[in-house]
Amino acid sequence: MSADTSGRARPEPIKAVPVRHPGRWAGVAVIAVLVAMFVHMLVTNSAFQWSFMVDEMFRPPIIEGLRGTVLLLITSMVIGIGLGIVIAIMRLSPNPVLRGVAWVYTWFFRAVPRLVLAILFGNLGILWSRLEFGLPFDRQIGALFGLHDFEARLFGFSAVDILTGFVAGMLALGLSEAAYMAEIVRAGIQSVDEGQTEAAQALGMSRAQILRRIVLPQAMRVIIPPTGNETIAMLKDTSLVAFVPVSMELFFQLKAVGSRTFQPFPMYVAATLWYLLLTSVLLVGQYYLERHYSKGFGRSTRARQRLRGLAAESGSTTSGTAQ
Amino acid sequence: MTDTTASPETPTAESGLMVRAEQVHKSFGPLEVLKGIDLEVRSGEVCCLLGPSGSGKSTFLRCINHLEKIDAGRIRVDGDLIGYRERGGKLYEMRDRDVAAQRRAIGMVFQRFNLFPHMTVLQNVMEAPVLLRQAKKAQAREHAAQLLDRVGLGDKLGAYPGQLSGGQQQRVAIARALAMRPKLMLFDEPTSALDPELVGEVLDTMKDLARDGMTMIVVTHEIGFAREVGDHLVFMDGGVVVEQGDPREVISAPQHERTKAFLAKVL
Repeated sequence: MSADTSGRARPEPIKAVPVRHPGRWAGVAVIAVLVAMFVHMLVTNSAFQWSFMVDEMFRPPIIEGLRGTVLLLITSMVIGIGLGIVIAIMRLSPNPVLRGVAWVYTWFFRAVPRLVLAILFGNLGILWSRLEFGLPFDRQIGALFGLHDFEARLFGFSAVDILTGFVAGMLALGLSEAAYMAEIVRAGIQSVDEGQTEAAQALGMSRAQILRRIVLPQAMRVIIPPTGNETIAMLKDTSLVAFVPVSMELFFQLKAVGSRTFQPFPMYVAATLWYLLLTSVLLVGQYYLERHYSKGFGRSTRARQRLRGLAAESGSTTSGTAQ
Repeated sequence: MTDTTASPETPTAESGLMVRAEQVHKSFGPLEVLKGIDLEVRSGEVCCLLGPSGSGKSTFLRCINHLEKIDAGRIRVDGDLIGYRERGGKLYEMRDRDVAAQRRAIGMVFQRFNLFPHMTVLQNVMEAPVLLRQAKKAQAREHAAQLLDRVGLGDKLGAYPGQLSGGQQQRVAIARALAMRPKLMLFDEPTSALDPELVGEVLDTMKDLARDGMTMIVVTHEIGFAREVGDHLVFMDGGVVVEQGDPREVISAPQHERTKAFLAKVL
């Protein structure tokens, strides 16, 4: 067959007039006009106060707030992912008690809006002046045995100290995130073929070993992309803790500058720009993370493998015919 | 080939019996899949399970390493009751940990290979021995490389399962099961998911294993393999053993109508 084609003269390459796309050009024209109008407004509308905004948006308190926002993002996502994995595993456990607890947890934290949760956590100090851990009903039990000052408290701390704005905000965001992450992790775990678990079981691995070494690594491929989205959503939701209130936070600081200078609008624009910038950084990170975890699975690598296979095959058949 | 010199002759608990199943029953909901299976497999024997699909042969195989829980009857491997402990005439369910320990002595090869796709071939084979502290890492690596060499894949240690053909994957799966040094190997239609031209290489690996004296229970549709390598053939249909005996006799002169009908279709 190869001899057949090589014997004939190769036909001239095709030179055809490409299909025109006038609609695209019209679209570009419309968009160009709209962009020009928008830029015109940005430049000419004095309410933007660009120089005032640029002066203010890099000041130390704002940078401090920015650091708080990033710290809040990292801590709440760490809590969310860690606890989320635990709750997902509980949800899939054969133990009905664990399953029930996990269900109630997800139900509660998915039902309550994050803003409400943040404010609620910020005010938990009202419930207790001190947080203490120990035997429940210790005084009552003590009274039963005639001991009137019996207390079985293991440790305790002042609630106001612990539930400062920052910790309250972090807990509200982290605990709520865990409920969403649990669902994502559960979907990831369930996406792994049942045969993987069976093969590992047949080798004599325990449930925990199978989860850690076989199932979770494969589930990561499914878990990572939505986790990237959750992280970006969380970055924006950190602004909610301004209502806890948390002062070491970007939006709170920008709002404060706005109210102090009676120029709120430029500061809202500054907030927009800061969040745009941070989100863009996260998007780049997400791109690389996804690329890393699709190794050995992705469409591109599979296509490459197929090509390699084809090349090998055609190589072997030609050598076969040559003999 | 390497270190199995005396194993076929080693006497086992019950006069050379590796597997003894008595009146095994199993239902999935209202569907009774196994209706009282009795089976004995001697040490070093290759037992082939034959039968139409839905006859319960794969389910029975999965009962032997407790991947399926049986509803009635007893299965003993090397004298040990599988999945339960008998004490004072009472049966106690085993903990997951003890079931896992029992499975370590029983290798299993699946129809769909079930290799771990995120690990290289070498990692696939050495994962369980290292994780279960059966061997030091260096030892396990050496043993794994040896086994892969034995199944003819000594040059594929660094490859990922997705880069291998079905036949190569199944041979890795066999090496992975052997890495735990099992005393019994279960094969669940090991060649059914393979392209026809790849079946031979997997069967050759299994023949090699049988020659070394490994006790094997093979669910298969490969009549040729059963005739050539099998010591014992069991024909199942509708959840019962219809006929069993020497493979060559059963295949050439089946006694039962259902066996005749099945073989007429397959041969």
